[in-house]
Amino acid sequence: MAKENIDPAREAVENRPGEDYVIEMLNITKEFPGIRANDNVTLRLRRGEIHALLGENGAGKSTLMSVLFGLYQPDGGVIKKNGEVVKINNPNDANDLHIGMVHQHFKLVEVFTVLENIILGVEPTSASFLKKKEARSKVVALSEKYGLKVDPDAYISDITVGMQQRVEILKMLYRDNEILIFDEPTAVLTPQEIDELMEIMRGFKAEGKSILFITHKLNEIMAVADRCTVLRKGRCTGTVDIADTSREELSRMMVGREVSFSVDKAPVEPGDTVLEVCGLCAPSRRSKKNAVTNASFNVRRGEIVCIAGIEGNGQSELVYALTGLGPVSAGSIRLNGEDITRKSIRRRNNAGMAHIPEDRHKDGLILDYTLEQNLVLKKYFMPRFQKGGFIKFEEVRRFADGLIDRFDIRSGQGAVTRARSMSGGNQQKAIVAREIDYNADILIAVQPTRGLDIGAIEYIHKQIVAERDSGKAVLLVSLELDEVMNLSDRIIVIYEGELVGEFRPDEITVQELGLYMAGAKKQKSGGEV
Amino acid sequence: MERIRKAFSSPAGISITSSVLAAAGGLLFGLLLLLCFRPASAFTGFLNILTTGFSSPAKLSKVLYQSAPLVLTGLSVGFAFKTGLFNIGATGQYIIGTLCALYTAIIWGFPWWAAMLAAAVGGAVWGSIPGICKALFNVNEVITSIMFNWIALYTIILVFNNTPAILDPVGNRTMNLAAANPGAIIPKWGLDELFGSQYMNISFFIAVAVAAVIYVVLNKTIFGYELKACGSNRDASRYAGINAKRNIILSMVISGALAGIAGAIYYLSGTVQYNLEKNLPSPAMGFNGIPVALLAASHPLGTVFSALFISYIQVGGETLQPTFAKENIDIIISVIIYFSAFAMLTRMLLQRLLSHKKESGSKAVPAAVTAAGAFPGEDKTTDDNASASGAAENEDTGDNTDNESGVSGQ
Repeated sequence: MAKENIDPAREAVENRPGEDYVIEMLNITKEFPGIRANDNVTLRLRRGEIHALLGENGAGKSTLMSVLFGLYQPDGGVIKKNGEVVKINNPNDANDLHIGMVHQHFKLVEVFTVLENIILGVEPTSASFLKKKEARSKVVALSEKYGLKVDPDAYISDITVGMQQRVEILKMLYRDNEILIFDEPTAVLTPQEIDELMEIMRGFKAEGKSILFITHKLNEIMAVADRCTVLRKGRCTGTVDIADTSREELSRMMVGREVSFSVDKAPVEPGDTVLEVCGLCAPSRRSKKNAVTNASFNVRRGEIVCIAGIEGNGQSELVYALTGLGPVSAGSIRLNGEDITRKSIRRRNNAGMAHIPEDRHKDGLILDYTLEQNLVLKKYFMPRFQKGGFIKFEEVRRFADGLIDRFDIRSGQGAVTRARSMSGGNQQKAIVAREIDYNADILIAVQPTRGLDIGAIEYIHKQIVAERDSGKAVLLVSLELDEVMNLSDRIIVIYEGELVGEFRPDEITVQELGLYMAGAKKQKSGGEV
Repeated sequence: MERIRKAFSSPAGISITSSVLAAAGGLLFGLLLLLCFRPASAFTGFLNILTTGFSSPAKLSKVLYQSAPLVLTGLSVGFAFKTGLFNIGATGQYIIGTLCALYTAIIWGFPWWAAMLAAAVGGAVWGSIPGICKALFNVNEVITSIMFNWIALYTIILVFNNTPAILDPVGNRTMNLAAANPGAIIPKWGLDELFGSQYMNISFFIAVAVAAVIYVVLNKTIFGYELKACGSNRDASRYAGINAKRNIILSMVISGALAGIAGAIYYLSGTVQYNLEKNLPSPAMGFNGIPVALLAASHPLGTVFSALFISYIQVGGETLQPTFAKENIDIIISVIIYFSAFAMLTRMLLQRLLSHKKESGSKAVPAAVTAAGAFPGEDKTTDDNASASGAAENEDTGDNTDNESGVSGQ
């Protein structure tokens, strides 16, 4: 057991009598085959506080919240609500205890309206007819009270991610939840939206609601939380008052070592142009419009070019067009001078393109394949791994073990672990390992650190910078402004499919970048290089 | 003990156990039906089903003889499953295989192996059409292949009716091979004398050899790697540069060829003649390939055993006459097969049970609660986990069924 766990001072603080705890999760233990996801974890939530839950991927945050939400039963430990032991067998029980949760991946019905989504499951009815009017007035009242601007009649598929999140929050409020769990709520928001969310959370706090805020962004914790419980590898490394702590201490508690926040980057003189995009248009998957219009830019050896933008502004279509996964309606793409606009995906790969895809489950991994099978996903056909069409299993294993070792990919059974059973962070590491090992001339990395913890982010950032330093071209697509500012040598802002500005990171502030991303500003010469 | 437990809860262990349990469940239900139909002779009847197959070499050879085409249709369906396709058209490919085999054997005088090859080609062509439609135009292969079953049926009737030389003058069926072209009969290598049964030939061994080849293709080659990759995640396969369209077509071609060989292996035995009925072939060899494949979890070698099981039950069932009406027997056999197809379900239950056991140790926790816990619940493990908890939000069933669905296979 880690020695932090028996810190007497902390125990004393936590056992102080007379504290008003609304939820207490005491000594929760939860085991899965081969892994102890929660090991004797204690978390106490005071009434009317914002309590952050911090931890790396696979630290057990989600498991702990799933236990609270009734999705899992703990193997040991008890949950108390207002001092009384409760048993939460399923989410309905949690709802009855007024525990609500905004999941990281929203649980909304795309073809329903905002109102329909909010009342789903608790529809007010009379003689089995829906009383929509009543529901609407309640929703409207709630949305005004908390400043959660939504259009009750809009369809989910038509509204922004930020608004979808507000719908999720309204869902909790509509159910009169007092304990609100936010699972990584800021991952999909713009800086402005994040500020708004923080305000809303503070409003809830003032109302006396208690908030559990799962995140691994330290800035947000420092900004909004009162206390913070840190998990590491399933164990609780402590609960601290935010007023008495610092970012550095929190990250040390989370990762177990010092973490550097800035990326060390030596200036590198860009070399030859590797990727040259000219007047590229790509059709939208949803409407007849072009998702990308007339995009022209290039990426040279030894530089990291970052496409910054709010989710859904054509980044995915742009990358799909570049990598051959999606269609191109006009324009041309040249890789090392060769026109690859109409070339197959395999040809592009062989011509020197590596791609860390946005959606690791959809595109990046075959979840039913083992880790080693996934690591050779782009190389299995090469002479090194096959002879006369037969797989050289030993060579595959040797190669996979090498990557696992080099990139510190952790899994239950090593090379033969099913990708499905790995944690998100390690799945991502596997993809990054595969693509970096691919040794291509250009690395197209789409949100390579999405949903990852600080340790993994730091690591992946280092790898990307190393790629650049070794003379590779890197095209980074990111929604995280910190990442954009830290990593890139050039920033190109995309808004509604158009490249609206190009900057060097030292020329622009985060706030100004936010304005370009939101479409409030536009460079006259936008998009031209 | 621990090692046994481990082996038991390994993926393969779970697969095998669940298949055996499903088969046992089917047998039990069959017993119940026997009790309903005729309680007095139910147990003797049941005993007959269980023992007949091994009662004599002759019966055993009948089991082997009937299982050969089942192995092949099972392989056909299972192979397509592995690529994420549901080849419900194995029946049609089987019929076209029969057509090619009998036509080339009787009219052109092909030897048995050449006729069998012709059948494979015919089945492959027949299978390729739904494959092409699926790959190029995204037409659901289930619809096309069902329709191609009927097209195949009427094609064979059309061709045979217009080829008088192929028909037996006596009945509405094809010529006896022994008379028409003895060289087209699958060799027996003296096994018929050894087993004392005209049914015994090398067809079962051919089927096993084919199963072994399919096993190697699927598990040892980059071609199999590509096929399974397409089957389990088409997007990621595309991302990796795998030509998914080509693989869909190839998968259907191979699947069709297997079903085609099944037709040849049955009708080139020399012991049956093709009846020109306007029904899909009565042993429903093609359709029975589906439960065979499901019971085997699409594993090529498992297919051999599940085909043997189903063939064994069929042979055992025949002995129930005349105590039981033929229809009753058919129902009982169908029910057993039907239950066997629940292998997927039993696998799921078994996995839940095991993960539940591990999770809760010796404590008793309601099973339904642990349903969502099939995977290690780390942060953002998988989308499925997320959707499972999503489903659990409004209903209390957190289910991982999409991982277990038959089409994706294991």
